[in-house]
Amino acid sequence: MTDNENNGPLLILGCPEVPVQQALALYCAHRFGSQGKELRIAGNTAVLQLLRVSDPGKVYVKKMMDLDRCIEDLSTRKLEPAECLVFAHSDAGISYATTVRYLTEGRLIAVVFGRMAEELGAGLDIPCEKIVEKAVHNPGQLRRKLDEVMGWAV
Amino acid sequence: MGCVEDLGYEVLKSGVSFKECRAFIEEHCSEVFYVNPGFKIFEKCLIGVPPIAIGLVGPVVILPYTKPCYGTFILRVESAEEADKIRVTGRKKP
Repeated sequence: MTDNENNGPLLILGCPEVPVQQALALYCAHRFGSQGKELRIAGNTAVLQLLRVSDPGKVYVKKMMDLDRCIEDLSTRKLEPAECLVFAHSDAGISYATTVRYLTEGRLIAVVFGRMAEELGAGLDIPCEKIVEKAVHNPGQLRRKLDEVMGWAV
Repeated sequence: MGCVEDLGYEVLKSGVSFKECRAFIEEHCSEVFYVNPGFKIFEKCLIGVPPIAIGLVGPVVILPYTKPCYGTFILRVESAEEADKIRVTGRKKP
């Protein structure tokens, strides 16, 4: 893995049960792609399969990897992303975001969403940029916040 | 955590939050050690919110195991070697 490959942007996804996650994952891939960066997306088997089916031509999603492998590679510094987004909509998602903070030194953006977003966001006590929005089906507001934080706003 | 599966484990609780997991381990284990997220146990990184509690009862290790879709499980794995390692590398206080 070259330097360029191991410090590129990383997106870590949670369980795919909240619809906005899939839309925003593809959106992030598009935005990074527009900047000439290949976004690496990590998730479990179900998440990655949803992305494969959604983007069969790999127009947006160029790199995907298994979540457990990603955590392992972060711990061994095989991956050292300059920017890392973690999507979290559950207690497990908060655990993953916190763990990633301990494993990486780059910029970390935690995107907390779903019906429990406010409660989960309040419990996320790590140095990172936080985007919290009670979004489940409508990704519009989260996308706007992402645009602002990531500097993607037109 | 393939290595845990290879060793064999018992699920003591499932679908718990990280706070419930810590409370369970503190209440039920004779020895409790604390580690940070990313701590290597059974050759894998532990996922969680610090301080992560790991319980020991003799050669038995009681640990949290988090999966994105299913939350956190509390697993019981018998491994004297891993238990001894945690006694050396874990913290006694949170």
